[in-house]
Amino acid sequence: MLEAAFLIPAFPLLGFLLILVFGRRLGEPAAGWLATGAMGASFVSALVVFFGLVAEDESERRFVQTLWEWVPAGDLAVDVGFFVDPLSVTMTLFITGVGALIHLYSIGYMHGDEDYSKFFLYLNLFAFSMLMLVLGDNMLITFLGWEGVGACSYFLISFWFTDEANASAGKKAFVTNRVGDWGFMVAMFLTFTAVGSIQYVDVFGNAGGLSESTATAITLLFFVGAAGKSAQIPLYIWLPDAMAGPTPVSALIHAATMVTSGVYLLTRVNPIIAEAAGWAPLLIAWVGVATALVAATIALAQNDIKKVLAYSTVSQLGYMFLAVGTGAYVAAIFHMVTHAFFKALLFLGSGSVIHGMDDDQDMRHYGGLRKLMPITSATFIIGWLAIAGVPPFAGFWSKDEILAHAWEENPALWAIGLITAVLTAFYMSRQVFMTFYGRYRFADVRPEEIEELWQVRVANAEAAVADAESGVGSAEEAVAKAAEKVDKAVEKLAQRESEMADADPSDEKAAEKAAKNLEKAGDGVEKARAGLVEATATVESAREEVAKAGAGVQAVANAAADSGGGVVLSILDEPDLGDLDEADLPEVARARREYHPHESPWQMTVPLVVLAAAAAVAGVMNLPFSSDLHFLDHWLEPSLFHNAVHLESGGATLWLLALVAIGGGAVGIAAAAAVYLKGRYPASKLELSIFARGWRYDEAITNFMGGPGRKGFDFVAWFDSTIIDGMVNGVGRVVRSGGGELRRVQTGLVRSYAAMVAIGAVGLLAWFLVRTTF
Amino acid sequence: MHALIAASSGATFPVLTALVVTPILGAVVLLLMPASRPEHFKQVAFLISAVVGAMSAWVMFEFETGAAASFQFVDRADWIEGLGISWALGIDGISLWLVVLTGALFPLAIVAINAEHTPKAYFSWILVLEAGCMGVFLALDLFAFFVFFEIVLVPMYFLIAQWGHGDRAYAATKFFLYTMFGSAFMLVGILATAFLTAAETGNALTFDLVEIAESQALATTTARWIFLSFALAFAVKVPLFPVHTWLPDAHTNAPTAGSVILAGVMLKLGTYGFLRFGIYLFPEAAVYFAPLMLTLGTIGILYGAIAATMQRDLKRLVAYSSVAHLGFIIIGTFALNTEGIEGGILQMVNHGVSTGALFLLVGMLYERRHTRQISELGGLQKPAPIFAAVFMVVMLSSIGLPGLNGFVGEFLTLIGAFAAHRWWAVVAASGVVIAALYLLWAYQRVFHGPAEGENATMKDLTLSEGLVMLPFLAAIVFMGVYPKPVLERMEPAVDALIAHVEANVDGFHEAEADELHPIELDDLEHLESDDADHGEGE
Repeated sequence: MLEAAFLIPAFPLLGFLLILVFGRRLGEPAAGWLATGAMGASFVSALVVFFGLVAEDESERRFVQTLWEWVPAGDLAVDVGFFVDPLSVTMTLFITGVGALIHLYSIGYMHGDEDYSKFFLYLNLFAFSMLMLVLGDNMLITFLGWEGVGACSYFLISFWFTDEANASAGKKAFVTNRVGDWGFMVAMFLTFTAVGSIQYVDVFGNAGGLSESTATAITLLFFVGAAGKSAQIPLYIWLPDAMAGPTPVSALIHAATMVTSGVYLLTRVNPIIAEAAGWAPLLIAWVGVATALVAATIALAQNDIKKVLAYSTVSQLGYMFLAVGTGAYVAAIFHMVTHAFFKALLFLGSGSVIHGMDDDQDMRHYGGLRKLMPITSATFIIGWLAIAGVPPFAGFWSKDEILAHAWEENPALWAIGLITAVLTAFYMSRQVFMTFYGRYRFADVRPEEIEELWQVRVANAEAAVADAESGVGSAEEAVAKAAEKVDKAVEKLAQRESEMADADPSDEKAAEKAAKNLEKAGDGVEKARAGLVEATATVESAREEVAKAGAGVQAVANAAADSGGGVVLSILDEPDLGDLDEADLPEVARARREYHPHESPWQMTVPLVVLAAAAAVAGVMNLPFSSDLHFLDHWLEPSLFHNAVHLESGGATLWLLALVAIGGGAVGIAAAAAVYLKGRYPASKLELSIFARGWRYDEAITNFMGGPGRKGFDFVAWFDSTIIDGMVNGVGRVVRSGGGELRRVQTGLVRSYAAMVAIGAVGLLAWFLVRTTF
Repeated sequence: MHALIAASSGATFPVLTALVVTPILGAVVLLLMPASRPEHFKQVAFLISAVVGAMSAWVMFEFETGAAASFQFVDRADWIEGLGISWALGIDGISLWLVVLTGALFPLAIVAINAEHTPKAYFSWILVLEAGCMGVFLALDLFAFFVFFEIVLVPMYFLIAQWGHGDRAYAATKFFLYTMFGSAFMLVGILATAFLTAAETGNALTFDLVEIAESQALATTTARWIFLSFALAFAVKVPLFPVHTWLPDAHTNAPTAGSVILAGVMLKLGTYGFLRFGIYLFPEAAVYFAPLMLTLGTIGILYGAIAATMQRDLKRLVAYSSVAHLGFIIIGTFALNTEGIEGGILQMVNHGVSTGALFLLVGMLYERRHTRQISELGGLQKPAPIFAAVFMVVMLSSIGLPGLNGFVGEFLTLIGAFAAHRWWAVVAASGVVIAALYLLWAYQRVFHGPAEGENATMKDLTLSEGLVMLPFLAAIVFMGVYPKPVLERMEPAVDALIAHVEANVDGFHEAEADELHPIELDDLEHLESDDADHGEGE
C-alpha cells in the first residue's frame, strides 16, 4: 500500500495538466469539480499510505520510493523520489484533507470569476508542489516543492492582477521568499559537501559525524529559509500583504499549508539540529517567541478581517518555531495540524463573511452577523475558541504543550508565550465581537460619509460668508459713491451761491433764476446727504450679515464637533448625524440599507462545518493525561530519532501551567468583551497607531529599498554606463583622434576588414575543399 | 597522442564537416537565387538550417553515451601541411549539446522572424553565422578554431549594422572592434602555443589541439601568459565583467534573430573556449587563475543583475541578465569539478533556450507595440493572456525555478563552486534573489496592472508564433524534469577533462564532497538506539 505514495502528488498534477489543456472548455463549474476531485483522490491515496504505514511495525515505518534519477552529476545523485514516514504522511493527510475542503469551498467562492478555471489550475499546481515539498526523499525535491509553492503563491496573490497593489503584493512575497531560499540553497551545498549526499536517509545516517560548527551552520541556514517561507522575523513582511489574494488562497496557502513548510523543514532535519551548538535551536525559539508577540500586538489594531488573521498566522507560526527551538517537535507538528484546522476555518469563515457582506473587509462595518449568517458564525466561533486556548478545543492542547516545553527551557520564553496567548485571546475575541456580536453596523452611515456631508455644509456656510462679504463690499462702494455725490452737490451749491452774489440785482428775472438754482442746489445737497446716510446704513446691515454667516459657519462647525464630525470613537455608538439631512446621504449609503447579508452556498458552508468539527476535537491526537494518549508522540517517533524533548515536569506543575494558560485566555476574552461589547474602556487607547502600522517595520524596509537601496542600484547603473563603458568609448575616441574626423572612415575600415575576413575565410575553405577528398 | 581520438565511430558520412559546410553551401545557393521571389529566401534558408538541425539531432542520437571520453565522428584531413594545420573536427560530451543547441536555434530564429529588407543578404549572413558557430564547437585544430572564431564576427557585424535598430552602426562597430581586440591576443597566443610546443618537444609544428594539450610542453609561466591571452578573447566573448559593455549595445540594436543567436549561441563561444582551449591546453594556469575567474564570474552575477534591474528598455534588461547568467557558467567552469563543469555546460544550453526565447518574445512584443520601453507597456496580460503565460514560463526558467531547466544548471554550478571555493558560491547564490527582483518587477510593469491605450488591444500570440515557442517550452520543461540524458552524455568528457587537469597539475585534486557513508533505510533504526543512549534533547 505504501507504493501508492506517488499517487498523492500525481493526482493534483494530473488535475493541473487536464485543466491546462481543457480548462477553457471545461469552464465553471466543471474545472472546479475536476480540481476538487483530484484533491479528493489525493486524500484517499494519502489515507491508503497512512494505513499502510500503520500496518507496519513501528521501527519499519519508513519507505523510499524512487521514480527516476533527476540530477546525476559527479558525486551528486538526486532522485525524484519520495520518503514516506510518519512525518511526511501526517503532512500529506492534512494538506490533502484541508486542501480538498478548500477546493470545494472555492467552487462557491470563485463563482462568476472570469478566470475561474485558471484559479483551479494554480490551486492544483500548488497542491502538487506542496506535496512534493513534504514527500521529497531529498532536500532538492523539497526545494522543488518549496520554490514551486512560492511561485504558486505569487500567481495566486496577484491573481486579480489588474490592480497594481495585488501585483506588488505577489512580487513582494516571491522576492522576500527568495531571500530565505538563499539560506536553503547554501544549507544544501553545505550538507552535500559535508555528508556527500542530500538524500534524507544518507543525511540522517551521517548526521552524527557532522562537526558541531557545520551542523550549527546548516541549522541556521535552514532557519533562514524557514523564516522566509514561514514569515518569521525579520522576513514576515510579505504575509500580511499576501492577503491581496482570493480568500481560499489565504486559507490554504497562507495559513494552513505553505507557511508551515519552515516548521516541517526544521522538524525534518532534526538529526542535524541535534548536532548543532545549543544556542542555535535556542535562537530559533527566541525568534519564534518574539515573532509571536510582535505579530500579536499588530493584530490588536487591525480593522481588516483578513489582516487580523494574517498577523495571527504569523504569531501562531512563531509558537511553532518556539516549539521547534525547544526541541518540542511533536508539539510543533501538533500545533501545525490544529492550526491548519482552526486557521483554515477562520479564513474560510472570513471569506464567507466577506462574500456575504458585498466584499467589504472592514470589521467596523460588520456587527451582529450572528443571526444573519448562522453557520458561518457558529463555525467561526468554534475556530475562535480553538485559537483562544479554550479547552477542550484543539488549540488549547497544542498551545499548552508548547508553553509547557517553553517553561522547561526558560521561564522567560514561557512568560512571553503566555502574554502572547492573552493577546491572542483578546484580538480574536475582538474580531468575533466586532463581526458577529453587537449592533448591525453595515447599514450605518459611514464616518467618512458623514464627514463629507459636514464638509459640504461647512463649505456652504463659508460660501454664505463670502457672499455677505461681497455684499459689504458693494455697500461700501455705494457709500463712496454717495459721498462723492454729496461733495458734488456741495460744490454745485457753492457755485450757485457765487452766481447769486454775482447776479445783477437789477435784472429781476436773472435774480429769480439764481435764487431758484440756489434752492435747487440746497435740495440736492440734502438729498445726497440722505443717500449717504442710507448707504452707510446698508453697510451696517451687510456687516451684520457677515457676522451672521460667520456665526453660521461656527454653528456648523460646532454641530459637526458635537456629533463627532463623522469620527466614531467607538463602534458601539451609533453614528451621530446631528442635524444633517437624510436626503443628502450618498446613494451608496442608502443602497447599503437595502442590502441583506446572506449566508454562503453549501459548497462554502460544508467545509466550514467539517473544519469546525476538526478544530473542536483534534486535541485527541495528543492528550497529555497519560502516556498512552500521546498518540502523535508515538506516531512521529520514527521521524524524530529520539531528538524530541519530552516534558519532565511533574503532573502538578503541568496542571498549574495549564490553569494559568486557561486563566490567561479567559482574561483576554473578558477584556475584549469589556471593550468591544460593553464599552467600558475606549478601544482607541488600545489600538495604538504603532500597532496599526506594524511597528513601522514594513515602512522602514520600504523606505530603505526606495532610498539607499535604490541609490545603490542607481550607482551601479551609472558606474556601468559612465565609468566602464565610458572608458571603453574613451579609448575608442583616443585611438580615433589620431586620425582626425574618423568615425565614418573607421566604420568603413571595419566594414572592409570584415569583408576581408569573410573573403579570407571563404578562400581558406575553398582551398580546403579543393585539396581534400572524402 | 592520437589515442584520445577514437575511430570516428564507423560513420562513413563526414557528418561534422557537413554541419559546417551545409550552411555555407546554403548561403551560396541563396546568393545564386533570383531576387524576383523574395519570399523564397526564407523558405530555403529555413530548409537548409532544418537539415543542419536534423543532422545535429542525428549526431545526438548516434552519440555513444557510455563511450570513453574521446571525440566521436572525427573528420580529419590535412589542410596546410607545411604548417601542421589540419581540418580536424570532432565532437564529445562537452561540444555535443552546443552543436545540438546551434542546430535547433537557427531554424527557429530563421522561421520566427522576417527580414525587414534585402532578405537574400540577411538569410545568407545567418547561414554563414551558423557555419561559423558549428565550426567553433567542432574544431580540434587551433588554427581552424581561430578562423571560425573570427568568421562569426562578420555576419553578426553586418546583421547588426544593416538590419539593426537605433544606433546600429555604433553598436556594430563597437561589437566588432571589441571582439577583434580580444582575439588579436588569442592569435598571438595560438601561434606562441604551437611554435613553442614544437620547439619544446622537438616534433614537427602542429596546431592539433589534442596533441598540444597532451604534450603539456610549455613552461609554467609561459603557459600562464598564453592562457591570459586566450582568456582575454574569451572573456570579451562571454562577456565577463568588466569587458561586457559591448553586449547591451549590440543586443539592443541587433535585429531579433541577431539577438537570439548572439545570446543563444555566440556568447557560448567564450565559455566553450574556456573549457576546450583554456582549461584543456593550460590546466595549471586554469587552476592558478581560477580564483580570479570565480571573482569575475561572481561580480558578473551580482553586477549584471543589479544593472538589469535599472534598465528601462526590456531588451537591454534581458541583455544584462545574460551577463548575470554567464557569470554562473564561469563559476561552474572554474570550480573545476564534475558538478560545476557539467552545470556550466548545462547552463550554456539553458541560457541559449531561455534567453533565446526571451529575445524572441521581446521581438514579438516590439512588432506589436513598436516600443520596448517598459514604462510604455502595462497590463498586457489582459489582452494577451497566452503571450503572458509563455513569457511567464520562460521568465521562471530564467529565474531558476526548480522543475524548469534553468534551475538544474544554476544549482550544479553553485554546488560545484561551493565545494571548491565556498565563499564565492555563498555570494553568487544571492544573485538568485536579484534575478527574481528584476524579472518579476519587469513582468509586473509590462503585464500586470490596468491596460491602457494601445496596450489594451494588443494581439495575443498567434498560432504560428505559438508553434515557434513550443520547442522552447518543451525544452524548458524537459530539461528541468529529466536532465539526465543531457548530463550523462557529457559526464565522460567532463571527467576526462578533470582527470587531465589532475594529471598535469601537481597537488590539484577535484574539489569534492566528503566521502559518503552509504546508509540503508534499515540503518536508521540503529541510529535511533545509538541516539537514545546519549540522551534526549538538543
